[in-house]
Amino acid sequence: MDIRISEGGDMQHMDSAVGVLPEAGGLPAGVRVGEKRPQVLVTGAGGALAQMVISLLKDRYQLVLVDFRRRVRIDEGMASYQVEYNKRGFEDIFRRHKIEAVIHLGRMGVYESTHRYRYNQNVLGTKRLLDLCLKYGVHQVVVLSTYFVYGASPYNPALLSEEAPLKASELTMDLVDSVELENLASIYLWKHPELNITILRPTNIAGPGVLNSLSLMLSRKFAPALLGFSPMMQFIHVEDMADAIVLAFEKNVPGIYNVAANDWVAFREALVQCGCTPVPVPSVPENLPRRISRALGWKAWPAYLLNYYKYPVILDGSLFKSTFGFKPKRSLADIFAHYREKKEMGIL
Amino acid sequence: MALRDLLKKYVVSEKTNEIVNRIPKPVGSFGYDPWGYNSETFKLGLGLFRPFFERYFRVETHGLENIPPEGRLLIIGNHSGQLPIDGALVGYALATNPHAPRAVRAMIERVFTTLPYVGNMLNKWGAVLGDPENCVKMLRNDEAIIVFPEGIRGSGKPWSERYKLQRFGLGFMHLAITERTPIIPVGIVGCEETMPTPFHLKTLAKLLGIPYAPVTTPVPLPTKVRIYFGKPMVFEGPILGEDDTAVKVERVKDEIRALIQRGLSERDGWFQ
Repeated sequence: MDIRISEGGDMQHMDSAVGVLPEAGGLPAGVRVGEKRPQVLVTGAGGALAQMVISLLKDRYQLVLVDFRRRVRIDEGMASYQVEYNKRGFEDIFRRHKIEAVIHLGRMGVYESTHRYRYNQNVLGTKRLLDLCLKYGVHQVVVLSTYFVYGASPYNPALLSEEAPLKASELTMDLVDSVELENLASIYLWKHPELNITILRPTNIAGPGVLNSLSLMLSRKFAPALLGFSPMMQFIHVEDMADAIVLAFEKNVPGIYNVAANDWVAFREALVQCGCTPVPVPSVPENLPRRISRALGWKAWPAYLLNYYKYPVILDGSLFKSTFGFKPKRSLADIFAHYREKKEMGIL
Repeated sequence: MALRDLLKKYVVSEKTNEIVNRIPKPVGSFGYDPWGYNSETFKLGLGLFRPFFERYFRVETHGLENIPPEGRLLIIGNHSGQLPIDGALVGYALATNPHAPRAVRAMIERVFTTLPYVGNMLNKWGAVLGDPENCVKMLRNDEAIIVFPEGIRGSGKPWSERYKLQRFGLGFMHLAITERTPIIPVGIVGCEETMPTPFHLKTLAKLLGIPYAPVTTPVPLPTKVRIYFGKPMVFEGPILGEDDTAVKVERVKDEIRALIQRGLSERDGWFQ
């Protein structure tokens, strides 16, 4: 048996909590406690971003949490499962709960495990999830993607729109799963409009608890910086990203959206603002930094992400902004202050 | 960072500081725009380039009052001189325009974006990758863009072809019409003589993977440069085909030819 029900999971309560997802345009805001609340499955529930999304939604929806890494601690009235999406037991969650909507945040990060295992989890796991959504009549799916899919190239124009080609898989096998996950979600988006799929491509998510490669880099005292390269970057605070996911979920306008703030900074400047000391690394010949990266073996600076520390991938977030009325509340300075202050306090 | 601050202290004058601060430029909280332009580095660039503009090339400008103080704009000029000095001179002239300073964007060849230091520095000074997407988005951002439609055909032409306009690409006219952008024609006189080139080493250029390898002076000559800005030209659609576009482009070329002729008739030798 692959499923484990957490101690706090109140299955009986949730079995009776069958809600109805309204038409596109939004779920009811402010459903009162005691009412039958729509059941929403949140994958990757153990991550910092997911935890913030959960805290924003928990009063209005009955949340069913899934994470393949660990059992997630939960509040009363929620259910939590540790299960891999491509295992048979995953379907039991859909049998036990009347899942109305799915917020799919459970992607393995690019530095986690091997690219084959990531492919299994991210691509095949997502396919299984979407198939189950179809089978059990789920009405809405929000999929978290990443800006990595665009690929970092010296020939990238700035302000990439959602129609820009996804060139990441040209760079390395290690990013194939990110692109494939997107392609898969796009196929389901057009083939099965009843799933109401929204794909979000956020820029670098940073802030408290975030453990992606760039956040790990900003947390370091000394950070490698390729000589002669300091690409423009965008960042979004993890709390703003959680707001963006909730907005996309509640407004339910299916499609593909970049999520980025209208602010930009050069990579080296970001490092300095975060209290990092840039350590110059030779950038030519092209293979040299790759060899150094492999020798160091840092999660924050994997060889296949070197191009992202060399060339810009700047997103145009205007479609998301105009469709959902999104406005980030935290500035770049707020994001950088988090890393700087934690370092000063000796926490990072 | 410390070196930049030190340079700024000695190179950026109060006047330059004040001029750049007047330029209406949408930048983020750290002074950058999405293409990498940085207002502080731009000031530094102006400060460093000032002696070249004022003393080395002794640039004389005419028609700066024709430049609108704001709004999208395409500045179309003749290209020459082996190195993109003409673009830098036009950019400096517009940034220090007493009527209405503007930080103009130059479109650069793809190869520059791959080079360490060079790509980043050019971006910070306002130059961007020559990509149609970039152009459209910048125009929608109400930027002024310098375009040399002759491309390397113009900059790399030999001495025998001086002041003869080469074939113009038509892309700028499509942009001007679809993005409803006025065109300012520019005639540049003097840059042709900065690096007189009797011929090129084609095999060497091919071996090095560069557009051309001119046989010329080791450094640009201190010729006197004259820049003539024409009146705004407005073209309206619809675009009926490439022949129609080419006819419109010829009208711009005619204006540039007239401005060049004026410059040649007003000058008294290369250095005066």
